Amino acid sequence: MSQQIIHTTVNGEAISFLGGPTQTLLDALRDNLGQTGSKEGCSSGDCGACSVMLDGRLVCACLVLAPEADGRRVDTIEGMAVNGQMHPLQQQFLEQAALQCGFCTPGFLVAAKALLDLNPDPTETEIRYALAGNLCRCTGYDKIVRAVQAAAAQMRAAAVAPATAEVAR
Amino acid sequence: MSDNAKPAPPALKVVGQRPIRPDGADKVTGRANFGADLRLPGMLTGRVKRSPHAHARILRIDTSAASALPGVKAVVTAADFPVLANESIDTGEGSATLRDLALNCMARDKVLYVGHAVAAVAATTPDIAEAALRLIEVDYEPLPFVIEVEAAMAADAPLLHDDLFTKGVTPKPTTPSNIAEKIQLGRGDVAQAMASAELVIDGRYVTAPVHQGYIEPQACVASAGADGQHQLWVSTQGHFAVRSMCAKLLGLPLADLKVTAAEIGGGFGGKTTVYLEPVALALSRLSGRPVRMVMSRAEVFDASGPTSGTVMHVRLGAKTDGTIVAADLTLKYQAGAFAGSPVGAGCMAALACYAIEHIAITGFDVVSNRPKVAAYRAPGAPMAAFAVESAIDELALKLAMDPIDLRLKNAVKPGAKAVYGATFREIAFVETLQAIKHHPHYRAPLGPNQGRGLACGFWFNIGGESTAAVHVDEGGGATVVSANPDIGGSRASLAMMAAETLGLPIERVRAVIADTTAIGYSALTGGSRVTFATGMAVVQAAEKVVADLKRRAALLWDCPVDQVEWTDGTAHCSDASKDAKPMSLKQIAGRSAKTGGPIGAEVSLNAQGAGPGFAVHLCDIELDPQTGRSTVLRYTAAQDVGRAIHPSYVEGQVQGGAAQGIGWALNEAYVYDDQGVLLNPGFLDYRMPVASDLPMIDTILIETAPNARHPYGAKGVGEAPIVPPLAAVANAISHVVGMRMNELPLSPPRVLDAIDAAAAAARSAKAA
Repeated sequence: MSQQIIHTTVNGEAISFLGGPTQTLLDALRDNLGQTGSKEGCSSGDCGACSVMLDGRLVCACLVLAPEADGRRVDTIEGMAVNGQMHPLQQQFLEQAALQCGFCTPGFLVAAKALLDLNPDPTETEIRYALAGNLCRCTGYDKIVRAVQAAAAQMRAAAVAPATAEVAR
Repeated sequence: MSDNAKPAPPALKVVGQRPIRPDGADKVTGRANFGADLRLPGMLTGRVKRSPHAHARILRIDTSAASALPGVKAVVTAADFPVLANESIDTGEGSATLRDLALNCMARDKVLYVGHAVAAVAATTPDIAEAALRLIEVDYEPLPFVIEVEAAMAADAPLLHDDLFTKGVTPKPTTPSNIAEKIQLGRGDVAQAMASAELVIDGRYVTAPVHQGYIEPQACVASAGADGQHQLWVSTQGHFAVRSMCAKLLGLPLADLKVTAAEIGGGFGGKTTVYLEPVALALSRLSGRPVRMVMSRAEVFDASGPTSGTVMHVRLGAKTDGTIVAADLTLKYQAGAFAGSPVGAGCMAALACYAIEHIAITGFDVVSNRPKVAAYRAPGAPMAAFAVESAIDELALKLAMDPIDLRLKNAVKPGAKAVYGATFREIAFVETLQAIKHHPHYRAPLGPNQGRGLACGFWFNIGGESTAAVHVDEGGGATVVSANPDIGGSRASLAMMAAETLGLPIERVRAVIADTTAIGYSALTGGSRVTFATGMAVVQAAEKVVADLKRRAALLWDCPVDQVEWTDGTAHCSDASKDAKPMSLKQIAGRSAKTGGPIGAEVSLNAQGAGPGFAVHLCDIELDPQTGRSTVLRYTAAQDVGRAIHPSYVEGQVQGGAAQGIGWALNEAYVYDDQGVLLNPGFLDYRMPVASDLPMIDTILIETAPNARHPYGAKGVGEAPIVPPLAAVANAISHVVGMRMNELPLSPPRVLDAIDAAAAAARSAKAA
């Protein structure tokens, strides 16, 4: 089958690659672009291990065709830490021991970030439903939920702190 | 010796803390390399052609069209593998014979389940590999098949193996059977004790086969060199075990195969055997190119081990004061297509929580046309505990006794002898029961349609062979090298124990997992053994390093070594006449060339005395009477853990085990159609718990009985927590429905039927 050049932006960087019309975005990320942080657990959109953001919307990369990324922005786990500085969610997943094998972790982090970007102060129930598309078989979710709560609190405090500092000055 | 005479243990600085795990950053940034993440130049994609029949004779396989397809570089069938003897091999957590293992990887004369491998290809792209599979022609003669365990035991059942004769029966049978083995275990006189019992309860219990459900499918990359040296990168619980199995299946010397463990995306026992690995090696050998093979999720369900579905019968005889005087159990476990279910462990674990005088247990290991079972977390124990703990709940109801008091009355204490032979030493089952009894959850009020269930669980835990090395660097840090794939935080626990022993902060200790050529043998990661057994090797290696550091300090100070003390990673000279300033590990290591060269030690051992674990779980369920749907409202799990090295990861094991057990109880099941085809080989229809299905899982770690055989008191903790949840959930639902729920999973339709049946029974009782 004929391949086509796909022009996309991955984690803020413009990238062009040759992709097939039936190839998934997940396979393109992993095989063509060497970004293996997004994982394949089912290839049917049921496990969430391949969660990425496509133009700011949470998707399963296994359910998106590579050509659909043309002209669009893809954000993956590899772009979550900025200049070597981990995102509060990444820090809290480590602090709260929210991972065991770590295979589902990238997908959970991407999905949790999508939640906190929309809702900086979610309830436990909101967190549980927002992450219901991501399967974890190791943790029983307890520590994952706590890590998201802790990261949300940390981010809210950081958002308030500069403003408070502003007032104090 | 009284407790007062024991010296107080030195205060621990690292063990018992909650540092960030050494492999953590890579796993939250996407850098960690799992089984399917390796890319090699010229790498091919391998795929497997699988049987569409539950049971059929293979008449002919024609691979010529597939081989001729451009881009196809190798095709293999069973003809490309040696015919192997029917000798048993140790696969670590389950039993198998070499021949069965080979036939499970590639069918030879017959296919025994839908999904059984019959051929494999390696091609330049996945699309070409897929097309090649369609070009392989296989002629089958379909045979009668059997799926369910009791049907497979029937005298007229279709036979899977005409050379399988039931073991454990005298006289030795002369006709083949699907019953691979009959196991009998017991003591005392059950018939007499049952006859003298004041109350006898009787029940039949059924569990469905469930899958381990690791999120990472089986994956490996094989590369055969032109010199006959083979390499394999694989997601596995034991790369030494993979080396051993693959070398035997391919007829290779062990030294010609180097196996590197990738990061493993969950295993739970399911990655203790081989499926793709020997096939990938064979394809690589034929093509001369690296071959990557990854199972699809459907293949994982169809062809990799679930655990047994079971049918069990329980009779308990008791006195009215609650003393259980006799127990009679029959356990029938599916093995899948080849012998080797975990029924033996089920028999041994079933009654291990209770001191019962008269016991008779019979177990059956039964083959049927399903994928061969693989180990699944506490293999065999959760099902048996479902039967026994449901029966004890029934007994408590009949006696109008508190379920914890009833269990306390019969609980094993240190010194008790289990029916399987062990005498328990440091155990804290009683304390674990009392922790739940005194927890606020136990007395919290319940609302309408809500019920509370309690259940207990036991797991042996194992020790076994391990090797570990500790090396000190001139910067004052240390590296711990071991060979156990880290499935849930064992690098953290191993590094912590090394840091504690060396007197270093945890940040100065790195933990790595070496390949099979870089360190001595270790048995696989399973049986909750790594923190115990490999931890023991790590601590002994670190102790050797400390002894060496003291010797070197003595050399530098020119004093006797017995005047050197080691505290907080620093040597101190106790001879005041010497002007000897304390020397840090860094200072000693920096001068190692002057004192005998690099500093390090390796220890190989066969650890004994693992110390069993006991778990007590408490579960609140709310039932929707309209739909039969159950919601887990609250869950509390207490466990005898010896001593928790990293409490967060011990809690994580308890929470994860509880969640898997809740899935087993409520939703998970293999569902077959009338042709022996699995109907739900995917995560949408094989419904594992998601975050919105569960509450927080409260944990209570009982540390009153540290394991005397381990330097820091550790017991295995990973498996015991999956044992109680099946019965804890079922007991809670039984209490709401008002009827004993004796068949899993307790999915909404089944519970709704029970609600209707209970209502009908209540109506007819009223009418009468």
